[in-house]
Amino acid sequence: MNSIEVRHLSKSYGKVNALNDVSFEVERGELFGLIGPDGAGKTTLFRLLTTLLNPDAGTAVVEGLDIVSDYRLIRERVGYMPGRFSLYPDLTVEENLRFFAALFGSRVEESYDLIAPVYRQIEPFRHRRAGKLSGGMKQKLALSCALIHRPSVLFLDEPTTGVDAVSRSEFWDMLTQLKSKGITMLVSTPYMDEASRCDRVALCNEGSLLDVDTPSGLVARFGAPLFAVAADNMYLLLQESRRIREVVACYPFGEAHHLIAGAGFSPERFAAALRDKGVTGLSIRPAVPAIEDMFIKLMGR
Amino acid sequence: MKKEVVISVRELTKRFGDFTAVDRISFDVFRGEIFGFLGANGAGKTTAMRMLCGLSFPTSGSGTVAGFDVVRSGEKIKRRIGYMSQKFSLYDDLTVMENIRLFAGIYGLSGADTRTRAAELLSRLDFAPERHSLVGSLPLGWKQKLAFSIATLHRPEIVFLDEPTGGVDPVTRRQFWELIYEAADAGTTVFVTTHYMDEAEYCHRVSVMVDGEIRALGTPSELKRQFAAGSMDEVFRILARNAKRGE
Amino acid sequence: MKNNFIQFVRKESLHILRDRRTMLVVILMPAVMLMLFGFAISTEVNDVRVAVVAPVRSDGIREAVDRLSRNGCFSFCGYISEQDVDVKLRSGEVLAVVVFDADYDRTLLQAEQNIPVKPPVQIVVDASNTNTASSAALYLQNALSAERPVPTVFETRLLYNPQMKSAYNFVPGIMGVIFILVCAMMTSVSIVREKETGTMEVLLVSPVRPLKIVAAKMIPYLGVSCIMLAVILLLARYVLEIPMSGGVGGIVAVSLLYLVLALALGLFVSTVAQTQVAALLVSAMVMILPMIMLSGMLFPVENMPVVLQGISCCIPARWYISAMRKMMIEGLPVAAVWREIAVLCAMIAVLTGVSLRKFNDKLE
Repeated sequence: MNSIEVRHLSKSYGKVNALNDVSFEVERGELFGLIGPDGAGKTTLFRLLTTLLNPDAGTAVVEGLDIVSDYRLIRERVGYMPGRFSLYPDLTVEENLRFFAALFGSRVEESYDLIAPVYRQIEPFRHRRAGKLSGGMKQKLALSCALIHRPSVLFLDEPTTGVDAVSRSEFWDMLTQLKSKGITMLVSTPYMDEASRCDRVALCNEGSLLDVDTPSGLVARFGAPLFAVAADNMYLLLQESRRIREVVACYPFGEAHHLIAGAGFSPERFAAALRDKGVTGLSIRPAVPAIEDMFIKLMGR
Repeated sequence: MKKEVVISVRELTKRFGDFTAVDRISFDVFRGEIFGFLGANGAGKTTAMRMLCGLSFPTSGSGTVAGFDVVRSGEKIKRRIGYMSQKFSLYDDLTVMENIRLFAGIYGLSGADTRTRAAELLSRLDFAPERHSLVGSLPLGWKQKLAFSIATLHRPEIVFLDEPTGGVDPVTRRQFWELIYEAADAGTTVFVTTHYMDEAEYCHRVSVMVDGEIRALGTPSELKRQFAAGSMDEVFRILARNAKRGE
Repeated sequence: MKNNFIQFVRKESLHILRDRRTMLVVILMPAVMLMLFGFAISTEVNDVRVAVVAPVRSDGIREAVDRLSRNGCFSFCGYISEQDVDVKLRSGEVLAVVVFDADYDRTLLQAEQNIPVKPPVQIVVDASNTNTASSAALYLQNALSAERPVPTVFETRLLYNPQMKSAYNFVPGIMGVIFILVCAMMTSVSIVREKETGTMEVLLVSPVRPLKIVAAKMIPYLGVSCIMLAVILLLARYVLEIPMSGGVGGIVAVSLLYLVLALALGLFVSTVAQTQVAALLVSAMVMILPMIMLSGMLFPVENMPVVLQGISCCIPARWYISAMRKMMIEGLPVAAVWREIAVLCAMIAVLTGVSLRKFNDKLE
């Protein structure tokens, strides 16, 4: 049974095509990632699914309810955490939580068991104003507030942006815990490395979906031999590698460059050819493709 | 590569009242190096960078940037560095060419220099057809490339980049890093402050700041080995786990 | 869901209470403004313009006038006829008129011989500002009786003064400005702040109708405004001693109407503005400035060019100030301001209608 079904959804603002014929579905209880850079249409998609906007074309169903005609019913069942944790900075942690509970006609006590794993970490600071919390603590409070009415679907728009690496990792642990309670989650992120924390991901760019699959399924379909190459002069290495005919693509990838090999590529011949060009300290080894490699490949299509 | 020191900092400290924002940091950066200056929000990165740019005086300690003393010659330092930030770099309501001319003027380039370097910049970036477009109408990736090129228009010895590639797609991001590699290859030192750990992987050497102190310094692979971690992200998590300071 | 509503009001009240500086300004501003305009500016008796009515120019009268004009406190504005007294006072040309009897000299002689007499001098003072009026009257009497006691009759007339010569006129003006500031500006800023912090998105994605939230927002501000209204009325009555003979009930009722209008205006601004800065600018440039200039607070509407008079009709404060003047200063009953009340009601209807149409529960 699907919790979210998106069919040919499109939305534009004036001339800007924010979302272009997007279709996918999310199963009940799935942790689904929406991965892409700024301007990929992630926030627009969230606003459509949370019924804040109406689509120009296409349909979408959340928990069996249409986002246009049944929008009031959807609002009772979903939790939404917009980008830039939307909290009241002048209210305390506890007051924020109480208010959001009241907003959904609930009380904190009624959902304490659900939010406890998240909320307990910030509970010692419950009399502190939300504006005085660190990014990681704000993130946890915002998640508690989004969960306070026991939603069956949770929309999290870039919850890890602007938060340090420690809190980011903890946050994904919490989402995994929530998944065990059967909550469907749609999470967007610009960080490619967070894809592995999702059950399935959609790679999106400039308003379109490039591909939808499990993280391992995506990289398994990379379908080309990939090498990590490094040398003393990385810039020279990059330029010379691209001149070699058997190299399909070569691009910086952190400390090494990633090289996609074409037909007839041999690491030994490659090394010899580059040595002739004056590249020193060359190392070449097979590499496992990452989501980012797949993203680059899909963008090139 | 001969190692010529362009930034040298010893025991640099900045206090605001009884709060020590930057606590006795020491390091060297070499010519043509891409140096990552990492830390969580509030770790003291921005304060440290302000001192290096000659915008703020250290409370104690010493440092030289491009051969000039950070305490006494702040103005001379400013003329030899470039600066680009994700938040602000170009004027959206001016065209590409107007931005180039404006910054050329700010850096004191002559009319002839401005013309040749502008032409060179436009051809290198393939921007010639867009030179009369408003910067605000360009895609984010284009803006970033343009901003970097303008920040290095006056051939500074060091260019400071503040979280330069956040939010762009992986392809544009790589094009951007290629520009940085190219500049470093030509002898420009690139000083990158960021809290995105995957940007750190692209740097030659990185330092990690926690609670105002530099807790680790080395090449990304050295640090990963030292902390038995698979990525810079993990290295950072190990270092920052016990941080006392929030944002 | 009733319990929710109380929670919402509580949350808004917390926002207000947490912002101490704003609170202080809100409470102190009306008091400071009232004191400034109504008290500090015009209590000193200085250069009181005095006219004289004298049926004959006898020696005694000439001597008395001479003494008045030499006194630094007064400036002698000449002799006028008895019929002109009212006109001169109303127009503000003079603040006081000294009326001598034809047989002033003889009456004074009789008084010296301890023969009971009818007082031969009458002092008529414009008492729109009671402070100035009573001081002026006392000074005048002292000046007249400098050499020998002169039995005097005082007549203080409550003459309202449309030319803004009297400090009283500022009170309704200040009320008109302050309520807009507090209700319209503060509510619009607080709604727009939710758009800025992104909390509006969360509020919209909830089963609660946004209008309910907006209504909850207005209640605490209405409360604050009521406190201010009470402060202003108390100060006006007991410190400035404005009589309010038209009845306090009417004044409060019309003021409440005006507060509702200000809230509707705030709601309207918030539907237009996307940032707090924009809300402040809209409030300041579009509401406060024209209000001060065109509402009749500083410059009488009657003296404006016709075009500006037309524009001033669209300014809520103009009607409120006009109603307050009639009721507080002229002491007219509520029935006399039916026109103002009708205009205010119409404005509320239009503004609320437009705002409700614009304020939907989606982002566009």
